[in-house]
Amino acid sequence: MKKPIERLYNGIIKENPTFVLMLGMCPTLAVTTSAINGLGMGLSTCAVLIMSNLIISLLRKIIPDRVRMPAYIVIVASLVTVVDLLMQAYVRGLYAALGLYIPLIVVNCIILGRAESYASKNPPLSSLFDGLGMGVGFTLALTAIGLIRELIGKGTVFGINVMPGFYEPVSIMIMAPGAFFVLAALCAVRNAVMQKRNKPLPEKYCNGCCASCMDDSCTIGKREDKEE
Amino acid sequence: MNYVTAFILGIINYALIDNVVLSRFLGLCPFLGVSKKTNTAVGMGTSVIAVIAVSSAVTYPINKFILIPLDLVYMRTIVYILIIAALVQAVEIILKKKIPSLYKALGVYLPLITTNCAVLGVAIDSSQKGFGFFDTMVFSLGTAVGFLVSIVIMSGIRERIQYNKIPKAFQGMPIVLLAAGLMAIAFFGFKGVSF
Repeated sequence: MKKPIERLYNGIIKENPTFVLMLGMCPTLAVTTSAINGLGMGLSTCAVLIMSNLIISLLRKIIPDRVRMPAYIVIVASLVTVVDLLMQAYVRGLYAALGLYIPLIVVNCIILGRAESYASKNPPLSSLFDGLGMGVGFTLALTAIGLIRELIGKGTVFGINVMPGFYEPVSIMIMAPGAFFVLAALCAVRNAVMQKRNKPLPEKYCNGCCASCMDDSCTIGKREDKEE
Repeated sequence: MNYVTAFILGIINYALIDNVVLSRFLGLCPFLGVSKKTNTAVGMGTSVIAVIAVSSAVTYPINKFILIPLDLVYMRTIVYILIIAALVQAVEIILKKKIPSLYKALGVYLPLITTNCAVLGVAIDSSQKGFGFFDTMVFSLGTAVGFLVSIVIMSGIRERIQYNKIPKAFQGMPIVLLAAGLMAIAFFGFKGVSF
């Protein structure tokens, strides 16, 4: 029972996908205009992540190494379609608010990253808990950013007015620039805490975010060149 | 003439006023990850223009003549991501065989583009909005130009930031995010321009 708890701790705190690995920035910044949107996005990503980690871990010995990336993409895309249709049917308001970012869960770096760096090498149970930990970490981060932006930008928390009547909402916080500022502030807080504890971030690790990685020693997508 | 005006205005609209990175929040991973140097930023931006243009030109007929008539619109996400992945591979192979000089300049960036959400985002967005072929192409080209503009500006800023003294907690990502936020405010100014 030690492994699942270690995985949960890893996903939520030690390697939090938003604040430590800096993955999945697009939904993090785009949909966090309110706490409820952040929570919804986090939970839908979490659902896809748990299922994709489980399925990929179960199939890890069947999928040939050369075609693993396309295979992962198909699995993730199918799961995203399922979530998309379910949300369209049962939570229409949230579905409308999240819009384009629901299908874009497919290219969320967290999901392919966990598939590549964890689920493809580990047994199903710990992969499932890895997905759960990462998903919860992502959900908490998105909800926190949404909460701060909503509180300062609209004076509400989960839609309930909490600020005193004379408070003038700073509406830039719920617009595009506010997203960058809140994330910058939270990252600075994380840096300060890390520095106080003298824990430097690991310099190099595959975060699976191929879109932003320029590592020459990486083998993903370059396998064919090596075999020639 | 009418088309030319619409084309130019469309490109300006999608590149500056409704910028893909700074107001629509697509393609942030490469925007933050590959913007350390100006020449890599230019390479990434140009490859994105090429891939977005080709993928829109391919996904539009597939959506119109296969997915909609067969009532398979719910398969859009899977179909599009596979098309984009295959296209990127194909472009890479063709460039490698036919134009090695271009492959040398852009080849490194191509595998990274499959997971760039701007590419998939543009394809899905223009299908959801029901754009015609002309509008789809204007939308995708404008978006890609906007991506190039913002990533190049960002890389310029980051090259300058390197030589400044920054509070310890803000070193690394936070200062880059702050710069991006200020850029987003600057791009807000374009919203005043209306056609």
